Amino acid sequence: MTISTSSLSEGRLAMHHRRKRVNAIALTLALLAMGFGVFWLIWILIETVRLGLGGMSWALFTESTPAAMSEGGGLANAIYGSLAMVTVATLVGTPIGVFSGIYLAEYGQKGWLGATVRFINDILLSAPSIVIGLFIYALVVVPMKAFSGWAGSMALALIVIPVVIRTTENMLNLIPHALREAAYALGTPKWKVISSVTLKAARSGVITGVLLAVARISGETAPLLFTALSNQFFSSDLAKPLASLPVTIFKFAMQPYENLQHLAWAGVFLITLGVLGLNIAARVFFRNKH
Amino acid sequence: MAATLPADPALRKAREPGVKPADRPPTRRHNAPWADTVFSFLAHAAAWFTLAMLAGIIGSLVLGAMPAIREYGLPFLWHSEWDPVQDHYGGLVMIYGTLATSIIALVIAVPVSFGIALFLTELAPTWLKRPLGIAIELLAGVPSIVYGMWGLTVFGPILATYVQQPMQAAFGNVPVLGTLFSGPPVGIGILCAGIILAIMVIPFIASVMRDVFEVTPPMLKESAYGLGATTWEVVYKVVLPYTKTGVVGGIMLGLGRALGETMAVTFVIGNQSQLDQISLFSAANSITSVLANEFAEAGDGMHRPALLYLALVLFVITFFVLAFAKVLLMRLSRNEGARA
Repeated sequence: MTISTSSLSEGRLAMHHRRKRVNAIALTLALLAMGFGVFWLIWILIETVRLGLGGMSWALFTESTPAAMSEGGGLANAIYGSLAMVTVATLVGTPIGVFSGIYLAEYGQKGWLGATVRFINDILLSAPSIVIGLFIYALVVVPMKAFSGWAGSMALALIVIPVVIRTTENMLNLIPHALREAAYALGTPKWKVISSVTLKAARSGVITGVLLAVARISGETAPLLFTALSNQFFSSDLAKPLASLPVTIFKFAMQPYENLQHLAWAGVFLITLGVLGLNIAARVFFRNKH
Repeated sequence: MAATLPADPALRKAREPGVKPADRPPTRRHNAPWADTVFSFLAHAAAWFTLAMLAGIIGSLVLGAMPAIREYGLPFLWHSEWDPVQDHYGGLVMIYGTLATSIIALVIAVPVSFGIALFLTELAPTWLKRPLGIAIELLAGVPSIVYGMWGLTVFGPILATYVQQPMQAAFGNVPVLGTLFSGPPVGIGILCAGIILAIMVIPFIASVMRDVFEVTPPMLKESAYGLGATTWEVVYKVVLPYTKTGVVGGIMLGLGRALGETMAVTFVIGNQSQLDQISLFSAANSITSVLANEFAEAGDGMHRPALLYLALVLFVITFFVLAFAKVLLMRLSRNEGARA
């Protein structure tokens, strides 16, 4: 009897040690995985700053992109093109996205249309952005027979819409029902309840969504490749091919000339700064309001 | 509620004692019956717009690809020659490139994301959870062109010097392994694209996994801890079984992203439409990279339809992958609702 209990407890002890060991190994691996994830972020940021900071100068913002063999030059046309297209895309995409989000949260809670739109929207949110470029190419570029800044803006707007829909719906769903019912009880018509009560209460969340959408499209390259194309010279005409920061980076990175590569890195630095800045601003803004 | 306030204005006045009708300020109702209709119309129209977008994308791809579909039919998918000069096309190389890079990305990203999610939900002290979570989400926000640029000029050469060349030196003459590491020692190719894709999808998969892990009822976890289970046992035997649909959904979401990623892949895959051997370091092409490089310059003939055929294949694959992910994630949240 004594022998069997001692062997039993020995077995238990061994098992206990094994479980502890497995646990320690698993947790160490989890720690390493976390380190692995943060490691890339830091490495990429360090390289971006190291290679991009050197290219910062006034010329970057005042001069247009240079030809292949010439010296100097900047990214002024690309920066302008990006700003213009992102602005137009945001102005076009935001109202459609907000109204669609309103539909999902206020009109189509139940019913097949709401469910379908919600499902499709979540798929469009992660759908390959290059396909959006192809769609706008067929829809705008082919009939107009020209690549244009407008086409680029439309492609970006189609990327803004799903992002804004998602956040708008989520934020509206957070508004307590009592608030809506109180407004209805006062005899307020539905459009007024939505526009002056629920949407107003969800305002900071919706703005956060728009900021995140702007951050997303600022770095998008693929949908601009066959819509806005690019332009070596400064142009403020959205009806013509328009340079943009990401497409210019893509073109210059593939070139063997050193000054173009430097400009590309400077562009990468600007985009990273802008996008991360927007992401952080969106978070800070949202936290301060809640 | 309506019963307490009579609809008839005369009755309402009568209910308010001591107030003569003349004492009350005259109120004018801004009643605009059309406003409700217009607002509702706008909301409905915007919702339909989203559906129209999907229909438009599919329609334009099918329409544009029609000549190639008619010309090559389904065998397009398993023919490998891609010859713009002879105007003859087959999509196998690009489809292989897309699938191979995505699979490499998942093989790396899934365990790492699982570890990150485990760390964030079970291990990290509270003060560290938030900043680390934000760091991972910022990684998801970095534009893909930045990853591409970094991969091309920083990571590719490092991969060539510290992985490819030692591997070639060690296994160069071994039959199967030798082929796997063959190719010019520049680093860029399928493996490099796969690794960069992995770095890009880790944040997506990790944040979904973290969110679904947090869905597990604390009661379940605490009972397991109370029985003496270790942290790993709680995660592996309680949390994971409870959330497995959500975890698979998160992985599928990452796969959908990886399949459709364009710029990062285009920078580092090498852009070559011929594939002579199955090597991790051979330059190849993915569907997205061939579109990015060739579509704007594609001439008449079959080139553009063939590219659109590839885009259609890509869109259909990602659509089903993402739809599957969505269904799984929805199932988890519905179960959650039912149990709560």
